Amino acid sequence: MLDDFLVRATLAGIGVALAAAPLGCFVVWRRMAYFGDATAHAAILGVALALAFQVSVFAGVMIVSLLMAATVALLSGRSFAMDTLLGVLAHSALAFGLVAMSFLPNVRMDLMGYLFGDILAVGRQDLLVIWAGAAVVVGLLWLRWSRLLTATLNPDLAFAGGVHPRTEQFLLTVGLAIVVAVALKVVGALLIASLLIIPAATARPFARDPETMAALAVLVAIIATTGGLQAALMFDTPTGPTIVAVAAILFAMSTTAAACRRAL
Amino acid sequence: MSLVSASGLQVALGGRVVLEDISLHVDAGEIVTLLGPNGSGKTTLLRALLGAVHATDGTVERKTDLVVGYVPQRLAIDPTLPLTVARFLDLPERADRARKGAVVARVGIEGLERRAMTELSGGQFQRALLARALLSEPHLLMLDEPTQGLDQAGEAAFYELIDEVRHETGCGVLMVSHDLHVVMRASDRVICLNRRICCEGAPAQVASMPAYHALFGRGTEGALALYPHRHHGVREGAA
Repeated sequence: MLDDFLVRATLAGIGVALAAAPLGCFVVWRRMAYFGDATAHAAILGVALALAFQVSVFAGVMIVSLLMAATVALLSGRSFAMDTLLGVLAHSALAFGLVAMSFLPNVRMDLMGYLFGDILAVGRQDLLVIWAGAAVVVGLLWLRWSRLLTATLNPDLAFAGGVHPRTEQFLLTVGLAIVVAVALKVVGALLIASLLIIPAATARPFARDPETMAALAVLVAIIATTGGLQAALMFDTPTGPTIVAVAAILFAMSTTAAACRRAL
Repeated sequence: MSLVSASGLQVALGGRVVLEDISLHVDAGEIVTLLGPNGSGKTTLLRALLGAVHATDGTVERKTDLVVGYVPQRLAIDPTLPLTVARFLDLPERADRARKGAVVARVGIEGLERRAMTELSGGQFQRALLARALLSEPHLLMLDEPTQGLDQAGEAAFYELIDEVRHETGCGVLMVSHDLHVVMRASDRVICLNRRICCEGAPAQVASMPAYHALFGRGTEGALALYPHRHHGVREGAA
């Protein structure tokens, strides 16, 4: 079964959807959309360094994404507003990554794959990494859901309840780095943030509580990845952007439906 | 031993000293009110006692395994986060159903459990915050301006409720207010704060202290003179 590239691609898409969608809810609730983007863009630098030092791409991306997160945490609240800071860091990381890649002539061919994903080229090994990473993220969210939620709601409320908001923030950052590392192959560095944010935003109008929102977001993400994959094959379009396009169409439908419901 | 105590506490935020030489304690069964003008460090002091901000000098001691029920001054719920009252009450830990029903009835928000937190009125919202704080069966209630959004009758009922809870559970209460009048009647002890502790003691005692008048101005005198005899229907311009 795993010999079929389409089966592998579908499973890869579902694996990423399972982890990215619920984590994406926290990204949306905490207004970390830009932060997600910066972490994802840093992935290109991670890829370049991993190839240069001949370590696994997964490890390279994880490390650079975490370093990016640490830098943001360190510099935030200083002289620049958060969005300015993230704008500087996200694009700088991307630019340095692209420059670094140009020093590695033998990987230049794969650049488009890293930027926009190459889900059809997912191998058994990749699939294993994707599902292992997704399992870690889902497990983390499952075990600490209530704590993460409390810390997201209000740091002082969390403190009073014996929850350390900084610890929870750190764990979310680690989860984000893992999702970036496993989603790189599926949608590419430039579009990862969309897989975090669009399913969560699509789910919001139809959820009354956080758990429902996360579950609906997973559903949306799975429809987007599997549907996008099929559409890309049908219309012979690039898969990563097609997946995101399908997610965006679902978002438009959800928002329209919500607006209609309010108007009635 | 006190539930929570501070000694020689100093806190600096962004290099600016906002609290200095604070020594206080809250014991089980007593209601202590922190009174002070805006920017006097009341919220910061609560947060320091919680452990949410670090002391730059001095110490904060909490009783081992102290359970704190906290009502923050502001709880901004992001519109992207869907949250019903029932779900909110289950944070950070799921509460027992029967107990939840009892507390909800106690604070007077029955029938609102399925509403979104953002759909509540100001008064209902404050009651929901209090309900959540009570569900953890706290040894110490910390309330930061808990009567915002309540009208005068609601405010009086709220303090009455706090008083009842204190008698039933024996918990200590530390609350913050800039409201001079109602709070004075509802507290056992008052601590006046303006970066440092200006004066403290029983409400009637504090009301006659010069430091108190220096802090809150001459305008308060009339109202405070009324304080021991105050009954329903008396309105002051300061409210």
